Amino acid sequence: MELLNNLGLGFSVALAGTNILYCFIGVLLGTLIGVLPGIGPVATIAMLLPTTFVLPPVSALIMLAGIYYGAQYGGSTTAILVNLPGEVSSVVTCLDGYQMARQGKAGKALGVAALGSFFAGSVSTLLIAAFAPPLAEVALKFGPADYFSLMVLGLIAAVVLAHGSLIKAIAMIILGLLIGLVGTDVNSGVARFNFGLPELIDGIGIGPIAMGIFGFGEIIRNLEHTEKREIFTKNVSGLLPNWSDIKQCIPPVLRGTALGSFLGILPGGGAVLGAFSAYTLEKKIAKDPSRFGKGAIEGVAAPESANNAAAQTSFIPLLTLGIPSNPVMALMIGAMIIHGIQPGPQIMTAKPDLFWGMVASMWVGNLMLVILNLPLIGMWVKLLSLPYRLLYPAILIFCCIGVYSISNAWMDVLLAAACGFMGYVFYKLDCEPSPLLLGFVLGPMMEENLRRALLLSRGDPGVFMTRPISATLLVLALLLLILVMAPAIRKKREEAFVEED
Amino acid sequence: MKALIKNPRDFWAGIMFIVIGCLFAGVALASYKMGTAARMGPAYFPFVLGGLLALLGLVISLLSLSKKNAGPAVEKFHWAPNFWVLGSICLFGVTLKIFGALLSGVLLVLLSALGSSEFKLRDMLLLGIGLTIFCAAVFVWGLGLPIPLCPNIDALQQVKLCRI
Repeated sequence: MELLNNLGLGFSVALAGTNILYCFIGVLLGTLIGVLPGIGPVATIAMLLPTTFVLPPVSALIMLAGIYYGAQYGGSTTAILVNLPGEVSSVVTCLDGYQMARQGKAGKALGVAALGSFFAGSVSTLLIAAFAPPLAEVALKFGPADYFSLMVLGLIAAVVLAHGSLIKAIAMIILGLLIGLVGTDVNSGVARFNFGLPELIDGIGIGPIAMGIFGFGEIIRNLEHTEKREIFTKNVSGLLPNWSDIKQCIPPVLRGTALGSFLGILPGGGAVLGAFSAYTLEKKIAKDPSRFGKGAIEGVAAPESANNAAAQTSFIPLLTLGIPSNPVMALMIGAMIIHGIQPGPQIMTAKPDLFWGMVASMWVGNLMLVILNLPLIGMWVKLLSLPYRLLYPAILIFCCIGVYSISNAWMDVLLAAACGFMGYVFYKLDCEPSPLLLGFVLGPMMEENLRRALLLSRGDPGVFMTRPISATLLVLALLLLILVMAPAIRKKREEAFVEED
Repeated sequence: MKALIKNPRDFWAGIMFIVIGCLFAGVALASYKMGTAARMGPAYFPFVLGGLLALLGLVISLLSLSKKNAGPAVEKFHWAPNFWVLGSICLFGVTLKIFGALLSGVLLVLLSALGSSEFKLRDMLLLGIGLTIFCAAVFVWGLGLPIPLCPNIDALQQVKLCRI
């Protein structure tokens, strides 16, 4: 019953006149920017963050969440029509979605993606409403040592579930932690690693980092390749799949939703892993696996449902523990702090309207995505047919104004440019940047909890093993690390991400 | 040297981590107080992390020498798009408060467009002007974000549209 009451409160907030308008604007803007090739949800959210500054916190977060879903869906549209994934989680959608488009079934692919996402979104909204409160209650019992161990577990899990080399991912996390330490040390008041620059005393914001690495770096990368795009603009009709398509898609959508919801909760999981695993699963259990990669409708339905489900359930660790599980959530924490909200277990009791309003707005946002995208698809297609040489200067100017406006600092623009170069180097050296962003956000939190824990225990590191919660979490982290090093699992892990190549 | 490194991408990534790790650990050690585990000084956490990063970098580099980890070469580094895109962003950042967003924005679009292999001055000029006015309309006149629009000259600051 409490669940219904809570959801009722949520819907009364989410459906309030202005909030529903901001949700709509968020979804619209998110899709608009997300459709642009080579710009994923992270860069989109960072770019549009300043547009929410004038709003009250509840509306701002509702709008940001809307931007996130919109960007995610926009990325799928680009993947299907242009074979250019705006973000990693749409990589698998490219495989079959683009083939469907080549066969003149672009409309169907887009329709299935939208409906599958909507279904997955509805289920995972319920999941958040059901599981977040008990989890938050547990989290309230956490002490500094437990928090530290939880973050260690989260970071390890993020590495295990990310793709690419394990040890490089760990190094990227540590690099992120270090960059996160730039600025004034809270305990001693000393400005660290600011190289004498007064602009760095407050630390490096998440905006410049996210925008630089995930936005600018990506643009430079795209410029390397001369344009070879084939866009299917003619046959985007018949968006609604027919009954036989729907029947064919129900099981994959269900499986994708289940898998995605589960993986989204895990730290580091998020949309990417959900989409990859769902695709691999479909291919494994299909009667005729050879259809995959040649325009199998299940190959669009399952990963699209999974990535949307995961995108939403990844809000659970953010809203209950205050710990981001992927780069987008890391950015959301940054956004919440800018709006004066400290994410964590206390949100639910201290600001129930914000928490439940946001949960309810997720469902509203998903509904809007469907309603919005069915008629507007023609507009996205037109946008996509613009050549990249015209698109990227436009993306750049939005990004620059976005970065500047986050704290009205010209230094942030220069920092973002530096991060853009870093992102390009990472790409050249096969270093996945997502763990860096997680480490960057968790760095200061980890240091603070570590110092507090050791202060309480008078320097005895045993405190991490004597507190039961902390010990369990650390043992879990260790087990996870050992497991993933085991040859058999290592092979499986590599297999799960093999579609990318 | 070339024959020794079996996985150049990993090798150079390792070197990068070593350099950055040593830099952080070194600066921490040289400029801030270390403290003890019970009362950590500002240098403690970064020193440990920097050392760990350098160590991991070393392991990555060493592993890249093994035949088992062989991998592709580092792809060619394209300096031109880096220069034009990042350069124009920096210029935007530096000139924003002096020239105002209207001028700096057009400059940003024009110069960044040079990073593409096909550049048409007239197109980009039009695009730049259009985009800048659009941004001014949305971000400044619409949302009221405090972005300076006009050059920082007294006479221009009196114009109403230049102010927020």
